Order: sequence, then C-alpha cells, then structure tokens
Amino acid sequence: MTQSFRLESGGLINRDKKISFKFNGKNYFGYEGDTLASALIANGVHLIGRSFKYHRPRGFFGAGVDEPYAIVQLYRNGETEPNIKATEQELFEGLEAKSVNCWPSVNFDVGAINNFLKIFLPAGFYYKTFMWPKSFWYKIYEPFIRRAAGLGTASIKHDKERYEHKYEYCDLLITGSGPSGLASAYSAAKNGAKVILAEDKSRFGGTLLTSEVNIGNQSGKEWADSIISELKEMPNVTVKNRSQVFGYYDHNMLVMSERISDHLPKTKKYHPKQRLWYIRAKEVLISSGSIERPIVFGNNDTPGVMLSSAAKEYMKVYGVLVGKKPLVFTNNDSGYETAIEFKKNGIDPIILDTRKEPQSEIIEEAKNMNINIKNSYVVVAAQGYKKVKSADIAKISDNKEELGSIENIECDCICVSGFWTPTIHLASQSGNKTKFNEEIDAFVPGISKQKEKTLGAANGIYTLEETLKDSFEKGNQLSKKITNKENKVSFPNVVEKKSTVHDKFWCVPLPKGKNYKRFLDFQNDVAVSDIEIALKEGYRSIEHVKRYTTLGMATDQGKTSNLNGLQLVSKIENKVVPAVGHTTFRPPYSPVSIGAIVGREVGKHSKPTRKSPMHSWHEKNNAVFVDAGVWLRPRYYKRGDENLFEASKREAKNVRTNVGVCDVTTLGKIDIKGPDAAELLNRVYTNAWLKLPVGKARYGVMLREDGIVMDDGTTTRISENHYHMTTTTAQAANVLSHLEYYLQLVWPELNVNVVSTTEQWAGAAIAGPKSREVLKKLFPKSDVTNEGLPFMGYMEGDLFGVKAKIFRISFSGELAYEVNVESDYGYFMWEKIIEVGEEFGIQPYGTEALSTLRIEMGHVAGSELDGRTIPYDNSLEGLLSKKKDFIGKRSLSRKAFAAEDRQKIVGVVPLDKKTSIPEGSHLVKDSNAPLPNPKLGYISASCWSVEHDNPFSLAILKDGKNMIGEKLFVMSPLKNKVIPVEIVSSHYVDPKGERVRS
Amino acid sequence: MLHIKCPHCGMRSQNEFSYGGDATIKRPELGKEISDQDWDNFVYNRKSLRGKHWELWQHLSGCRQWIKVQRDTATHEIFKTLKANEEIS
Ligand SMILES: [Zn+2]
Repeated sequence: MTQSFRLESGGLINRDKKISFKFNGKNYFGYEGDTLASALIANGVHLIGRSFKYHRPRGFFGAGVDEPYAIVQLYRNGETEPNIKATEQELFEGLEAKSVNCWPSVNFDVGAINNFLKIFLPAGFYYKTFMWPKSFWYKIYEPFIRRAAGLGTASIKHDKERYEHKYEYCDLLITGSGPSGLASAYSAAKNGAKVILAEDKSRFGGTLLTSEVNIGNQSGKEWADSIISELKEMPNVTVKNRSQVFGYYDHNMLVMSERISDHLPKTKKYHPKQRLWYIRAKEVLISSGSIERPIVFGNNDTPGVMLSSAAKEYMKVYGVLVGKKPLVFTNNDSGYETAIEFKKNGIDPIILDTRKEPQSEIIEEAKNMNINIKNSYVVVAAQGYKKVKSADIAKISDNKEELGSIENIECDCICVSGFWTPTIHLASQSGNKTKFNEEIDAFVPGISKQKEKTLGAANGIYTLEETLKDSFEKGNQLSKKITNKENKVSFPNVVEKKSTVHDKFWCVPLPKGKNYKRFLDFQNDVAVSDIEIALKEGYRSIEHVKRYTTLGMATDQGKTSNLNGLQLVSKIENKVVPAVGHTTFRPPYSPVSIGAIVGREVGKHSKPTRKSPMHSWHEKNNAVFVDAGVWLRPRYYKRGDENLFEASKREAKNVRTNVGVCDVTTLGKIDIKGPDAAELLNRVYTNAWLKLPVGKARYGVMLREDGIVMDDGTTTRISENHYHMTTTTAQAANVLSHLEYYLQLVWPELNVNVVSTTEQWAGAAIAGPKSREVLKKLFPKSDVTNEGLPFMGYMEGDLFGVKAKIFRISFSGELAYEVNVESDYGYFMWEKIIEVGEEFGIQPYGTEALSTLRIEMGHVAGSELDGRTIPYDNSLEGLLSKKKDFIGKRSLSRKAFAAEDRQKIVGVVPLDKKTSIPEGSHLVKDSNAPLPNPKLGYISASCWSVEHDNPFSLAILKDGKNMIGEKLFVMSPLKNKVIPVEIVSSHYVDPKGERVRS
Repeated sequence: MLHIKCPHCGMRSQNEFSYGGDATIKRPELGKEISDQDWDNFVYNRKSLRGKHWELWQHLSGCRQWIKVQRDTATHEIFKTLKANEEIS
C-alpha cells in the first residue's frame, strides 16, 4: 500500500521511522508520530466503521478527543480493548484494529438495512419499538440489539496489565498546554508555585501547533517548545503529556488519567499501563481550549465530511491530506486558514462562505492566493455513500431561509467550520453555573464555584494576544497569593492575523421535496428529525429531550453536538438558547478504562487478608479455610477423603466426647481502663456490671439505641480498673467506634480509655469434658480445679515460660477454657496444646464444628443477632436489668417490642430426623396454602446435631414461646423443598447448662 | 472526595473518616422518664436538611476522634470543624 495522501514533506512526524500496522486484516504503513487515524487517511482509508443506529458508513470527523465516531476495537500484545478513538490512538509497531458495528464486514453491512428502515427507528425507538409483544424480547429484540448495537466488545479475559493510583497536591493544576496553559503555567512557575501542567495529547502546544502565529519572534510551535523545555527543568513543575484531567470533584479534587504505555507495542517491565492521579489543587486553571462546531446539512455524516480544524491538523501535524478536491464550508474565518493550508500544499480548495461580504486580513490573504470563494453559499447535501463524491450546493438568501437553484460540484471531502465551542466540561463539573455568550453563540463559565478559573478559548477568548495576556496575568496573580513571591514575566510580542465576526448560521434548510438526514449527534445517530419528533411528542426539558433521543449521551458527551441540538430546540420552541439551557456535563470528559479506576486493588488485593499467628500450623494440617470478614479461618481440618460434613461432624463429636481446640484469635478484643470502666460497662451492657469481682468474667449483650441487639461477648475484670472485653469477629470495629462515640460525645465525664487489642492476643479455645486435663498439663503450677478456676473465672498462668490469660468461658456448651498469649507466642501455645492434649485425644476444630456446637446448644451468634432482633427474640431477656438504665432500654418498651406474640428463638427438628433444613427457609403452617403463604418465621442456622445424630436448626418464629411441640412446614422454594418439622426448645443439648459448670 | 479538617490532625481525605449523622441531637439523660414521642425523635426522626448542617464524623483511620463538622449538604462546602468537646455556636 502506498501512502497516496501523504504530503512529500512537512508535519511533526518522524519520516525516518516506518511503522507497520493492520486494519481490518490488511497491512499498512505509517510513520512514528502518527495516530491510527492519520495513518489510515494517509493510506486513503476513509471508511472506518458503521454508525450506531442506522449502520451508515462512518469516516473521520475530528483529529483528537472531539472525534465522535471513528471508534475501533484495538488489539495490542494479545489483549483487546473496545471504544478506542482512532484519532487518539498513537501508532505503534504491530498495532491491529478492527471496525466495530459492522457485521459481517465494514463494506457489506447487514445492519445498513436499518438505514432503509429508518422510518421504524425514530426518536425514542428503544422505548417504542422494543416494548411489545413482551415475548419478543428475549428471542428477537435483545439478540438483535446486542449484535447490531454497541461500540465494541469488552474482553472477558483477566486484564494482566498493571494500573496505578497516585495522590498529589499542588498549588496550581493547569488542564491543557495550549497558549493559555503554557502562559499561565510559566508565570506561576516563575513565582515558585508548585504547578502541574497536564496535556491530553502526546504533543504539547495545543493550537500553537497548527496556527500561523508569531510569539516573541518565534513560530507558535517554537515558542511552545521553548516554554515546555524550560518548565521541564524547573523542580516545582510537573509536566505531563498523554494525561487527561477528566473529572472535577468536590473540594478541588480533580482526577487525571495518564496513559503511560498505550502508545507502545507492549508495556515495559515494571511499568503500569495507565496511572490515575487524584490531584488536590489549591487553584485550578482550565485551559482546555475549544472544539470546532459542525454546520448541519444533508448527509453530513458521509465519510469525507469533517471539521475544517481537523483537516488543517492532519496537514500541519501529520503531513496528510484528507482529500485532493476539498470543499470548505464555513460561517467564519477559520475555514479560510484550512483552505490556505490546502493551497500552500498545492491543492485547490473551494470555499463556501455563508456570509455575504466578509472582510478581514485572513480573507484578504485567501483572495490574494486566488482561492475560489463563493459567498452566501451553502452545502445542501453531501453525495456519495462510502465517501463524499460530490456536493449539492446552493446560494442562500440573506434571511437564510430560501435556497437558490441546486448545483452539483465534484469534491472528495467537505471541511466544515461552524465557529468554536469552548470546552467547559470541567468548569461545569466544578459546579460553575455557565452563562451564554451571545457573541460566540456558546456557553462560557460563569462565576467560579470552586477555586477554578477558565482561560483562553475555553473561556470564549479567541485571539492569541488577549489569551496570552490574560493567562500570564492569572498565572501570576494566583501563584503570587500562594507563594508571596513575584517574578514577573515580560509579555512577548504577538503577531496574528485579524479575523472578522462569524455568521450565526448553523443549519441548512431542506430543499423542497428532499428529505435528507441531517445529523446533530454523530455518535448516537440523532438527526434533526428526531429532535423534531421528540418536541412534537411533548418533550420540553432539554434533559428529557436528551434521554429520549440520546442526544449528547454516551462517551461523546455532546462535544460536537451539544450546541447545535440546543439551537434546534430553541428554534422550534421559539426561545433563546440560554432559556433552553444545557444538559449537565458529567465526568469523565472522555472514557477512562475500568482498570485505571480500579488500580491495584484487584483479585486478592481487593481487600486485606488477616491471618492468625497459628495460620501456618493450620495450613500444614490440611485446614480448609473460609473467609470470615477479612480473616481467613480454618473451616475444618481434612483427614483423608473426608468432606466438609464428615470432617466437621468428627471434630464436633470429639469436642463432646474428648477435647478439641479452636483458633479464636479473630474474636474482637478491647482493653478498657479507668476508674469509671465499670460504669461504662453498666451503661453499655443490658445486665449489671458494677459488682463483678476482680478475676471474674461475665457474659453481656449490648443494644443499639433502637433496642436491636448489637453484639454479645464476655468481659473480664482483670484488676480494679482494668477490663478485657471480647466482641464477635464481625462486630469488633463497630463496637470500638460505638464505645468511643459514647465516651467522647455523650458521657465525656466518664474517665475511661478504650483501645483495640485484637491483634495483640492470640486465642485458643480448649473445649470438651477432658479440657481440664489438658489445662493441668499446660499449667502445672496453677490450680485449675473446679474450685480454683470455676465457671466464668479468670486467672493468669505460666505456659512453659509464656505469660497467659486463662478464661473459663464456653461457647460450645462443654467444660471449656480460652487461653490468650501475646500474638508472637500464639504458634508456640498452639503447638504445646496439641502436644499435651494428644493423650486425651485432642483434635483441632474449625468454624463448621464451632457452629454445630453452638447451634445445638442454642447459643446465639451473627445469624440470630442480625440487626433485626431484640433480646427477647434471642431468649436473652433474662439479661435485661430492671434496676438500671442502659443504651437502648427505653426502646424495648415500645409496643411492637413488647407484643405478647412476638417472635422468639426455637429449635426445629425434621419429623423424619433425616432431611437437612436449608438455612434461610421459611416456616409455614400449611404447605399447600395459596400464595402468598403467610410466613411464621425463618431458619437462622442449621447443623447436624452430633449429640442426637439428626438435623437440627434454630429459627426465629412468631409467638415462639407458645409454639414448642407444634408441627409446621419448612419451605425452601430456592431448593425446592418442603419439610415437615417439629418445633422444640432451642436448647437441644444440656438444657440445664450443667456441663459448663462441671 | 471531600477534604475534611480534623481539629486534631489537619486536612485529611474523606476516606479516612466515617459519617455519624446529625451532631445537634442530644441523647436523653439516663434513667429519666421520657415520652414515646421524645424518644422516637431521638432515635428515629431526623431532618433531611438542604443547606448548612452540623454533623458528626469519626476520624476512623486517623486519631479515632469523633468531630463535629459544619457542612452544606447541597454543595458539600465545609465551613467549620470542632472537637467533640467544643460546643456548636
Ligand atoms: Zn484526626
């Protein structure tokens, strides 16, 4: 393939380095410094895809972020990425890209039939066409939409690239490196301010790269280069290219995505693909420039129709001609600059200017170059299907309503300029209420909302001299305020050509008898007729029109369509544009990859993993782990071919008959100290705490103010003013915050300190009838008899030289102890317990056996204390003190909480003593009752009772108190099960609680 | 993301804090009789104010202190922050 549209010389590309790439399976060449778009155009490729709705042929419209439809599926280093703008993707060796929205191919597209059926796809077609009949949805509509629509295919493979996050603070963040960005950055940097200058493109300079201006006796580009190289040398300045500030959030936080490796064939080792910067700036200068506006005319989406500024950029930056017979259609002087550039490169353009007799320096120059200029002329319609072949043009009346006779002239591209739209997305996102500027027919930022100022073209200032003056000044002022230093920059001499006023013309009327599609939104295929229909159907608010027609939505965010859409609505509604108002600009300004947003927190890094000091022992002994919050806990220890059910049954049974040991390090532990510690506990827990003796533990329940149980656990009085509180694993953090809340805000007079010691202690529960024998061997010097260490007793002991806390408390309902040592000795303690316990048949047990043991004992846990139950529901009403007040007590006297038939915990046994009951099932009286079958309660926890050798569950049941002995049904529609059951006491084992005291 | 000035630690990012609701609610005194209505007002009834609002935040991943923050609920502007023991004026 020859690059037949590449100029002999010129451009900023590196012609010494050829780069090969593939598009739709064909091989092409470009140069280093090309974008995929410029390289394709150089090769004469103008057809790049199909449009979203009508599947009309699509070419290139812009030359950068303004591009609405040259979107490709990119293949790089074995990975694929959708939604890539060909105008932004830099060329690299081996790049591969494919068209999207084309099936079976870009040249023969089945979806194009939509184009001929467009009568069926009017505004709001999603809402109308696909609504009925309902049965059509899954089989016909959805597959059709999925195949026909969409802007590419997301990879379903794991993304192996690395994405990073960075937090940065600066005095001034400047978004864009055009003239305003450079000038403000330079004067701020000279004042010593910490500056970040972000440029979206790979090259710095913005419009200075393409405009014929002179600054301080240098060309625009030379001046930009010299400023950038000086800024790069300054230690207080960070200059970033390929970095787009896409969102402006609260408190002057902006987010920028830096594309570090996307322009390379492969990400370098140890480099991220992209980096997301969270920047907190003291001041923000928005220098994002402006985007050229299209003029609306018939078939204005035909490949070969593009913005005149883009055509100029392709020539000046890439040395590429977008056509050899260009037509320039303009309502202002910018089109002339493009025409002059064509002429300089030996191409004869024709200018159609909607204005009658415009006069300016630029127009004069074009005339002197003998460029063919037709005044009061418009393009009525582009002709050609896959590429512009000719244009229907006509003279237009002074009132811009009547067209003269249609002439057809040959051309291969139409370069359109409908004047300039400031890029106000960031300013608008900051909360700035924008205002309409009549002179430029566009919105500009109004009064600053956050610490942001908008400069240059983004603020509607279109002359270089004024832009530079204002920007030098703003950069100086703002930085001076921060650094208290002033190092004024002398203002350079500026030479630019003067231009004259633009014509507010934006839409060519339809000639009689013609019904051309005139597009407003190129990405979403929204035409003038769609907006007309929406308004006819009664949509008035611009926000509703947007959603109904999809104007300005999706990844494009209305960059080229917004204002023309507003012009149309205001014309039909007979309102002025500011009265219509514009839709909200939302971040991101242009698409950001999900990978960059997620950063490093993927897979196992998405949350921290907490492991107990005994973790490696569990691993060595075939523990199968389970996530308990962020903790990893052994669920069971697998022996041979055992499954979960068999192993947990064995472990639980061994606790009931011999002795078991369980890692309980994960339990929350809070150290409480101070003279008022007892008083705090007395207010936090529902039972009495003032008289707990030193060396004793007590079980307590704490409520929220609304009377719902928050947590339970034991707290031990270590010494006069020192308590050791335990919480459940899940609630540890919440309970600490809860205590801090009351101590700091509600009862600051209490002299108490609380601190989490969860990580400081390793814990082992030793449970079973033989646990005292194990304890005797562990602590031969201590008196651990029933008298020496009674139930709920506490003592300190010497575990082979390690100081240990011994609590006689029980969750399993057996005679049991919990031993705590400092975390570093956890592993040592564990090994010792296993070692001395061997002769008593000790076995480690996991959370599954732990659950079994507590369920058949009727001890409540997280599945009952689920934020919906009060003490009564859990049969904990015996722990409610009548004598004192406590957190949440007043709520318990509310009517529903005191109801006679209130829900209560019960035990559930299947009548056949065989069928396991799924957790979460419902309890009903009649399994055949018509739906909705009244629900009496739900199964909170299920196990296989090792004591009775049959299934047993706990349930929260309405009027549970009076239901013991009743026969009900458990229903699980999810598991398709109906099980006849009997309601029994929740204390299925040792109801009198004798074992724990033995 | 908000930028909150902890009176103990200085300007910190919102993700170090957790939200704690209306700071002007006073818990009824322990052991005192209180009507159902007053208790409900304390536990449940909150105004969803648009505009300036005193609220509680806890500097969870910092000094763990509960602080009072005056914030505009519509614009997120923060006017003032106080320590737990400082009275809202
Ligand atoms: Zn703090």
